[in-house]
Amino acid sequence: MSAISEKLYRRRRLKNNLALALASAATLFGLFWLVWILWTTLVNGIGALKPELFYQMTPPPGEDGGLANAFFGSILMSLLAILMGTPVGILAGTFLAEYARRSVLGEAIRFVNDILLSAPSIVLGLFVYTLVVRQMGHFSGLAGAITLALIVLPVVVRTTDEMLKLVPSQMREAALSLGIPQWKVTVQVLYRSALPGIVTGVLLALARISGETAPLLFTALNNQFWSHDIAGPLASVPVVVFQYAMSPYDTWHVLAWAGAFMVTVFVLCISLIARAIIARRKVAND
Amino acid sequence: MSTDQVLAASAAPAPQDITARRAETDRRADRAFRYLVTGAGIFVLLALAGAALSMLWGGKLAFSTFGFSFLTSTDWDAVGHKFGALVPIYGTLVTAIIAMLIAVPVSFGIALFLTEVAPPWLRTPVASAIELLAGIPSIIYGMWGLFVFVPVMSSTVIPFLNKYLGGLPLLGPLFQGPPLGIGMLTAGIVLAIMVIPFISSVMREVFLTVPTRLKESAYALGSTTWEVAWNVVLPYTRSAVIGGIFLGLGRALGETMAVTFVLGNAHHLTASLLMPGNSIAATIANEFSEADSQIYQSSLIALGFLLFIVTFVVLAIAKLMLMRLNRNEGNR
Repeated sequence: MSAISEKLYRRRRLKNNLALALASAATLFGLFWLVWILWTTLVNGIGALKPELFYQMTPPPGEDGGLANAFFGSILMSLLAILMGTPVGILAGTFLAEYARRSVLGEAIRFVNDILLSAPSIVLGLFVYTLVVRQMGHFSGLAGAITLALIVLPVVVRTTDEMLKLVPSQMREAALSLGIPQWKVTVQVLYRSALPGIVTGVLLALARISGETAPLLFTALNNQFWSHDIAGPLASVPVVVFQYAMSPYDTWHVLAWAGAFMVTVFVLCISLIARAIIARRKVAND
Repeated sequence: MSTDQVLAASAAPAPQDITARRAETDRRADRAFRYLVTGAGIFVLLALAGAALSMLWGGKLAFSTFGFSFLTSTDWDAVGHKFGALVPIYGTLVTAIIAMLIAVPVSFGIALFLTEVAPPWLRTPVASAIELLAGIPSIIYGMWGLFVFVPVMSSTVIPFLNKYLGGLPLLGPLFQGPPLGIGMLTAGIVLAIMVIPFISSVMREVFLTVPTRLKESAYALGSTTWEVAWNVVLPYTRSAVIGGIFLGLGRALGETMAVTFVLGNAHHLTASLLMPGNSIAATIANEFSEADSQIYQSSLIALGFLLFIVTFVVLAIAKLMLMRLNRNEGNR
């Protein structure tokens, strides 16, 4: 009897150790790819960095050049997208948290917003293509910015909704009991309390759109030259990286790595800042 | 506001008049604000509906020209104006399945490690590092895949697969093919790396919701860590775990850039996973700006519509499954 239970016990121990070893191996497996991808980007990217990147235009094949027009296009479109997506996102998030917390409409919007949050970005690109590019008759930076704004929107809605829900209801009641109208309570009391969270949401949205490529391929298209005309085709770093990386020319590959490196560093910095804001807030709340 | 004050000063009304007027302006401002935020909320609904309808409208020509055969035909002939979606659909499904086969067990392992195995001081940094993987833009995965991973596949992995798995009776044909490096297996692996952080962070979060009481009761009965994870944690969080898996699946189906780099853009239907193929998203990314005829463009938009419907369903299932765990929690 005890021999049997001893044997069973040993088998269970063995199974346990095996499973836990596999779990550790899975984590190493995940970290392995992270290190490999970052290392590749770092090594190739740092080798390709040079000052010309920031003041020369994207070159034709075989010639030297930089990515100045692509950087400018990316910054311009991201900025416009944030400017368009953030206000609507904050207002919609306010609606969800303050006016429709338990209503059917609120639940429907929350559901749809979560789907928009993970919807393939290329689909949003097609949407804006039929809505804007086809109506205008040509590709434009504006269409690109609108597409990016549609990616910003659900991120901001979600974070605003969640951050406003975290604001203690005593704060609302205290302000309302002083006779302050609800819109003023929302704008001057609740927003102020939820501000760090909302800023984090905007930063995360910025990180997401700065590497976004697919929907720009057929909204903003690309532009080999310097352009600040948002009604015309506009270059962006990810699209240039895509075009150059897929090409057979070595000089273009080098520029593609430089662009990839810049985008990655930018995205990682932004997410680290966002994380730091969240972490500080948690400490403050405790 | 200032006009109110001027009026108030000139007429010098009784104090209760001022408060009444003040209440009236406040009420009006409140109503305006309410309309504003409601409008913004409804805009979110309209954005999704608009996306669906605009693509249905854009793909109308393709659907009406090819009818049901759009889904079953393997034609993709830009010159002859004949388009069928079977090859991209097949490629999308196969790459997503490969990705899930790799990503689901690995993510479960990572979540288990981060909630039960690792010493507490290690948990946060490792979890943050894995989540960093999710933040890297997909185009970086694509470049890394094309320049670094594809050569490894063609020089090492594919010859190995050819040699050891290519001869198997049933699965053999899946692993036969020239060592191109580019192909559906490579795309599936890159996709798996991309969705691991999404799935593992959802799993980790829901594992943390399991009440300590439950786990400790099982430990008190003499369970091992693995038995607690498999018989207590997993059944308790089953619906949310499935939700997390579907969330990852939704990502894998719609992912564009990483796949475009390593899939090869070939409109052939092949049994081998080592051959180039195509996916819906990659086809649109590669060909849309070059689509020179109405029907070509319409076919690509129709592909987008199909992708949208499929991901919508998958993500809706994910969301419903995740909501179920929340409801359970609320009931207790």
